[in-house]
Amino acid sequence: MDRVFAALADATRRDIVTRVLHTEASVSELAQKYAMSFAAVQKHVAVLQRAGLVTKERRGRQQLVRGDVDTIRAAARLLEQYEEIWRDRIGRLEQILAEPIEGE
Amino acid sequence: MTVVRTMRDPEALTLTIIAELAAPPSRVWQVWADPRRLERWWGPPTWPATFVAHDFTVGGSAHYYMTGPGGEKAHGWWRFVTVEEPRVIEFEDGFADDAGAPDPEMPTTHAHVELEETADGTRMTVTSRFASTEQMEQLVAMGMEEGIQAAMGQIDGILAEA
Repeated sequence: MDRVFAALADATRRDIVTRVLHTEASVSELAQKYAMSFAAVQKHVAVLQRAGLVTKERRGRQQLVRGDVDTIRAAARLLEQYEEIWRDRIGRLEQILAEPIEGE
Repeated sequence: MTVVRTMRDPEALTLTIIAELAAPPSRVWQVWADPRRLERWWGPPTWPATFVAHDFTVGGSAHYYMTGPGGEKAHGWWRFVTVEEPRVIEFEDGFADDAGAPDPEMPTTHAHVELEETADGTRMTVTSRFASTEQMEQLVAMGMEEGIQAAMGQIDGILAEA
């Protein structure tokens, strides 16, 4: 999981994940989207791959990169649960705000 | 429910929660600034929070613990990065040892709180940014346990009244 964090710490890598989550893309297609070399993009993809955020599949001459929905989904589920914690907090906070003001 | 909107960004590991509160920013500020008020809402009834230190200034830190149903204590620390009354609070939030010293092994959460005055009171926007999904798992595991315990407590209360 530390790899997931390290992988997502970089803005380009986050952008790659977002992109390939919706539509798969080849490494060369990705390289065209960013102002960096094919090798540099390939390195980013390798980091994402090790973190389990994307998968790479060779199809013909192309290497297709696809976002791993399961990893992202697991993170989404956690956020959903954390949101519940905050909803409860805000509920309690409101009760305090609803109390009559005294000695302020 | 006054929570008006939430935004989850699983790729950036952030959660944004926006609530409309029926009190002016100066009063909402108090529930953050005053540790006696803060501890009444930060932890759920079954895992109440106790703030033993709360230096609400830029660079200042807070130390709190939450007490579980079995008397177990979970310690946490905050370090305030921004304190702009009554508008912005920004702090790092992490796990601590019994003395309140930050646990360097554990990642921290970055919290950004913004209060905006509205016609009916205050719009509070809280953004939490996590360091890793592993850390979120730990926080949620604690929170979920709290949630279940709180729900159980409520059921007990209803049964006692019946």
